[in-house]
Amino acid sequence: MASLIVAESAIFTIFVVAYIFYIGKSLSGPTPAVLTVPIFATICLLSSSVTMHLAVRALRNAKVGSFGFWWFLTLSLGAIFLIATGLEWHKLVFHDGLTISTNLFGTTYYSLVGLHAFHVTVGLIGLVIVMAFTLLGKMTSKYTERVDVFSLYWHFVDAVWVVVFTVVYVIGR
Amino acid sequence: MASDSIAITPVAVGARSIGEKIHDWIVTVDHKKLGIMYIVYALIFLVIGGIEATVMRIQLMVPNNHFVSPEVFNQLFTMHGTTMIFFVAMPILFGFANYLVPLMIGARDMAFPRLNAFSFWLTAFGGLLLYFSVFGGNGLYGAGTAPDVGWWAYAPLTAKAFSPGHSSDYWTLSLLVSGFGSIGTGINLIATILCMRCPGMTLGRMPLLAWLNLVMSGMVLITLTPLSAAQIMLLIDRYLGGHFFDTQAGGSAAIWMHFFWIFGHPEVYILIIPCFAFMSEIVPVFSRKPIFGYPVMVGATVCIGFISMSVWAHHMFTIGMSSYANSFFAITSMIVGVPTGIKIFNWIGTMWGGKIQFKTPMLFCIGFLFQFLIAGLTGIMLASAPFDWQLSLSYFVVAHFHYVIVGGILFAIFGAFYYWYPKITGRMLSETLGKMHFWLFLIGFHLTFDFMHIPGLLGMPRRIYTYEAGRGWEAWNMIVTIGVFFQIAAVLVFVWDLVWSFYQGEVAGNDPWDAWTLEWSTASPPPEYNFARIPVVKSRRPLWDAKHPEDPDWKYE
Repeated sequence: MASLIVAESAIFTIFVVAYIFYIGKSLSGPTPAVLTVPIFATICLLSSSVTMHLAVRALRNAKVGSFGFWWFLTLSLGAIFLIATGLEWHKLVFHDGLTISTNLFGTTYYSLVGLHAFHVTVGLIGLVIVMAFTLLGKMTSKYTERVDVFSLYWHFVDAVWVVVFTVVYVIGR
Repeated sequence: MASDSIAITPVAVGARSIGEKIHDWIVTVDHKKLGIMYIVYALIFLVIGGIEATVMRIQLMVPNNHFVSPEVFNQLFTMHGTTMIFFVAMPILFGFANYLVPLMIGARDMAFPRLNAFSFWLTAFGGLLLYFSVFGGNGLYGAGTAPDVGWWAYAPLTAKAFSPGHSSDYWTLSLLVSGFGSIGTGINLIATILCMRCPGMTLGRMPLLAWLNLVMSGMVLITLTPLSAAQIMLLIDRYLGGHFFDTQAGGSAAIWMHFFWIFGHPEVYILIIPCFAFMSEIVPVFSRKPIFGYPVMVGATVCIGFISMSVWAHHMFTIGMSSYANSFFAITSMIVGVPTGIKIFNWIGTMWGGKIQFKTPMLFCIGFLFQFLIAGLTGIMLASAPFDWQLSLSYFVVAHFHYVIVGGILFAIFGAFYYWYPKITGRMLSETLGKMHFWLFLIGFHLTFDFMHIPGLLGMPRRIYTYEAGRGWEAWNMIVTIGVFFQIAAVLVFVWDLVWSFYQGEVAGNDPWDAWTLEWSTASPPPEYNFARIPVVKSRRPLWDAKHPEDPDWKYE
């Protein structure tokens, strides 16, 4: 999983570099001023890392019920993040007229944030599958290591969001 | 040695049908079978890529030739380059790594066998997708067949406006798919090498092949991914109206070049490092001496891995970067020659004072030594920006990189074939045919690629489908093409040998070369479980210790 994270980091780095390189270079169309900082969504996503950590700890101590609770919370926080991103994009597309083909800002913004959201979605699918196994009563503490490895992926997704958030909403604006 | 296969009389089973045998190969997760499939797959594409090269050389043999049209010529050089890099060199080296690494570290398989199979099939289908473009283009959509944009596929040439139809998409998608396969193999090799070494095998006692494949795999993770990112950006531009490479919207054409060469340059180091590994295994055995300077070899390779990530823009000297950028990349490109040179000295140091056996694997390795040195030197010449301003995009560059790839990489791969074929199949390849292959190929290689430097120096650009007479290029092009036919003859001898020896070759036994690494301790071919008992090692040459208990290596390491 560490190797996968290294490889994925390289992909994100290229998209971040492209974003930074193209800041201010759009010839026309909406600028980053139309962005509203997604503070609530960010808090949700970063908290989901904390709840994920608590879930894994519960499983290691063989508290499957507790695990299920924290896992469901993680899943929900991740879903809220995606919904919030969807709402933000809805506003950008229909109120501000920003799409991936509008201008350089649109292209680089949707590519970078979209790539991250795609990774969140894949993580969410994994979260749902584990949730399903837990609800079916099949989860035991002997799977702790596997869940721990998966949690590395989720923490990585959160770490990437910290970088993307900083580059897009702090530096880029 | 105690890790031979178990001698158990097998329970009598009925002969399996051909369908069952094929099914076995298709669903296998065994690293040995997957390794063989990678290698056979690559050999088939080697022949196809070679045919593409031959057609181009026939077209260029005389001025104003009409053997193929310019459009077809563009497709030929694009497909030749893409095929040879992604569907010959990468798979064949991954194939050898897959086969050898678990055996050499005393493991039973790779860390993630199913990921291994998945990676192979991704690569295989990627290649089929690329070649489907030859048939799937015209007729279906009326525009575009095989990609014709060069293997670098520079944007904005590849933008929808300038490459209508789907030929560029075949390039993009086939490499995206096989790129993910390569990343999977990289992850697998790292996990295997770091986590599955047998007891006693510290990192400092690992065979150099394992070390170098570890460095290569680390590079794969951060090298293939920029290409994947750039390809995703290209698809966004082509199909979602993006502007990454759209200069009319403020985008930059240079950014594709940066992203591509951030992949492209370390990629060629990914290709050469496993060949360094072959050299480091074969040269000591046929010099009857352990490798000279094991720690320095590891350190030099790690340095090469890092430095190679900082040289990419030497492919872009001619686009008008600032003099600071040009100087930086010129300097780093020259620095990368230092650890490489150290490795060459160490192979020579291994041979010095040894008792050299001029068997076929060693012949190819000695060829590598001379040819890689010359190729490296022309590379250092090109690293100087002003020199490159004259010779970029000329046949000098083409001669340089083919010297590395054919004279270096392919020679090392041939050496690896002759050395490990007995282990893989249980039979020796013919020494007579092997020597015939070597000499024919050597003559052909030098006729083609030595003389190819000259038209480059005389100003002949690359990627042109013909040229006019009277420029002084004709004689050289003729010689270059003649060399191709010697190489074809050599490869035919080689392929014949591979097939004939499989059925009629001398039976090899476990250890035909009197070598020292763990793969020679088990049967040829190895049983599916590799080792009856997981070996325990105490030095870098466990088989030397076993064969010479009165003078073991671990007393001196």
